[in-house]
Amino acid sequence: MVRQREVRRRVGRFVRTLFLVLVLGLVPTGSAEGGIPQPPAPAAQEGFVPVDQLPPDEQLPAAPLLIAAYAVAWLAVFGYLWSVWQRLSRVEREIAEVSRRIEAGARR
Amino acid sequence: MTKAFLPLTILAAAMFGYAPIMIANAPFESTMGLVQKIFYFHAPSWFVMFAGAFICGIASFMFLFRGSRAADQYAVAGAEIATIFGLIGMVTGPLWGRKAWGVWWQWDARLTLAMIVWLTFIAYLLLRRYGGPGSNKLAAGVGLFGAANIPFVYLSVNWWRTIHPKTSVVPTLGPGMRGTFWFCVAAFMVLMTLVLAVRVRLERGKAQLDELYLSLED
Repeated sequence: MVRQREVRRRVGRFVRTLFLVLVLGLVPTGSAEGGIPQPPAPAAQEGFVPVDQLPPDEQLPAAPLLIAAYAVAWLAVFGYLWSVWQRLSRVEREIAEVSRRIEAGARR
Repeated sequence: MTKAFLPLTILAAAMFGYAPIMIANAPFESTMGLVQKIFYFHAPSWFVMFAGAFICGIASFMFLFRGSRAADQYAVAGAEIATIFGLIGMVTGPLWGRKAWGVWWQWDARLTLAMIVWLTFIAYLLLRRYGGPGSNKLAAGVGLFGAANIPFVYLSVNWWRTIHPKTSVVPTLGPGMRGTFWFCVAAFMVLMTLVLAVRVRLERGKAQLDELYLSLED
């Protein structure tokens, strides 16, 4: 009889402790999800920021890039044309010289 | 071609003289602004690169399977054009990308394939220059493979997810931009025709010189 009372007392203590743990554990989670509104994420973290809205120190000037691109294009074209012209002039000069030597050899 | 050389030269000079005025007067693109104007030389230089690569590929095929010496001369000229105009594209692209994307380079499908094709034509020229006897046939094989890669480069932006704008950009250009763009493409094509003619003449001169040296030895 005394033993049964002791078991009942222990079970009751366990149930009370379990109830307290559950209540204390769940209450903060429940109130955070349902009650307190979360502040909205700042715009920069949400995704795209238009380039013209960046701070001035983060903006990249376009003009030097544009000038560099056109300078490279013109230099490459003129450089190549000059190179072909030089090679052609050299070959034509050499053709004339070798032809002259062949003609001179034929005359002898 | 000799008769057409002078008028074509004048036409090319006039077109390239007027192109900067057209580019300056073209409307600004809404999101990219000033840097978008690189596009008017960047895309046409790739068009010429592709044309040079195709000339090299077709001429290489004719040289390999029909033994045409004239085709071989066109193949060298085409490869050199592909390399020079590819260089313009490879430099102007990252200059645009630095502003538009925030990076100079991305190893995505379009950019990587374009670099591989450009390097293939550099390999073609190096092979011709330093490959020794018989290297012209070996180089012709390289030229064929280089040309075969061009459709993959062009369509890569539609097939794979890349950072590069798609091929649909050109057909959807605004009226002020469209005229300027196609004018620049035409100017580059006229220039390419001229350069091709002069470069083939140089190759013919070299062949003639070789024959003269042989007859001098005899």
